[in-house]
Amino acid sequence: MFRIKPSGGQPLYLQLMQQIRLAVETGALQDGDLMPGIRTLAEELVVSHNTVAKAYTELAREGVLELRHGSGAYITAKPRTRSRAELVRLAQDKVRELVRALREDGLREAEIIRVFEAELSHGERAGRSA
Amino acid sequence: MTAIEVRGLAKQFDATTAVAGLDLTVERHRITGFLGRNGAGKSTTIKILLGMLAPTSGTGKVLGYDIADPQASLEIRRRVAYVGEDKGLYAYMTVAELIRFTRSFYADWDAHHEARLVERYELPLDRKIRALSKGMRTKLALLLALARRPELMILDEPTEGLDPVAIEDLLQELAGRSADGTTIFFSSHQLDEVERIADDVVVIARGKLVLDSSLDDVRAHYRSVIAGFTAAPAESAFLMPGVRSAKVSGRQVSVLVTDNVDAVVERARALGATSVDVENVSLREVFLERVS
Repeated sequence: MFRIKPSGGQPLYLQLMQQIRLAVETGALQDGDLMPGIRTLAEELVVSHNTVAKAYTELAREGVLELRHGSGAYITAKPRTRSRAELVRLAQDKVRELVRALREDGLREAEIIRVFEAELSHGERAGRSA
Repeated sequence: MTAIEVRGLAKQFDATTAVAGLDLTVERHRITGFLGRNGAGKSTTIKILLGMLAPTSGTGKVLGYDIADPQASLEIRRRVAYVGEDKGLYAYMTVAELIRFTRSFYADWDAHHEARLVERYELPLDRKIRALSKGMRTKLALLLALARRPELMILDEPTEGLDPVAIEDLLQELAGRSADGTTIFFSSHQLDEVERIADDVVVIARGKLVLDSSLDDVRAHYRSVIAGFTAAPAESAFLMPGVRSAKVSGRQVSVLVTDNVDAVVERARALGATSVDVENVSLREVFLERVS
């Protein structure tokens, strides 16, 4: 169900977090769904259990998962999360339009990604200092 | 407590220096890939850790036990499972005999896991070890190691000579075992499999440590800046903080960067680059740069 790119330039736990978030946003995973155990998912993806455990812990902190001791990790898609799905779809439309415009300006894919990354990391820094 | 801790380890064989002042730390409950070219000192280091070779100088601890103390070294061998290059199996025994023989040494042998692995690996119990294929021997060596429920597993190129299906099986087994609490330390030349399963990587070259990092840190920090020019500048134009290496090929310059990506991009633009791309870097590229 989840796909991980080991040489993707992004920590594997972050990739896994994004895929789980996306699955929740698209409705593939829904409120109350039980996630595979850490050991099971680690074996399935052939990654370290630490990768899966870190992704689960971080998602629990974000409120996407609930870790019930001895029972497992459950999806907690609150109504707020469902309206986020709508926000994400809107964002996808906006980004699609913007990327098309940037391509017309002659920017390459790698350059577009870089501009996005630079803007996001700048925003993160500004957010932290505020 | 760390799983493995080595300080200033050295091993001299007559005129050859196999290990040359190695510092090394392996954390518990993690999967650590041990990388280096042939002859870099990996197998020698592993043999010293297991008490099969005495170091010329330096100190080491495995699971808190001093490798120089003979009594502690016994304890190390009791708690650590080792799967080596030669697999050290008795050729005249059958598979079943060797399993029975090995089982007799370990009080906490997991018979249930043994049975599961015999079935999963499809091991022919009545066949003599000498008649087994390389892949079968590796699987048998792994079974003998895994059924002991070791605290630490040290594997020297475990996937060497295995077909892709067997490699996948092995890596899955290691991922599962690690989740059950076994610390894994394994050497390999298969950088893509290390990149997938390992938490940490340790790279040595000429008997010395050249990289000790979590793979998440490698992924987060390493980038390759690729700049195209109508006339490429000298590599030295990119000697600046954060640059690990710069290579000119034709009209293109590839700069391996750990930090300061933006400054390198600026530099390329200032030098008149017609195109500048920033790309992710695989473990392979980092490895090649570090061991060269």
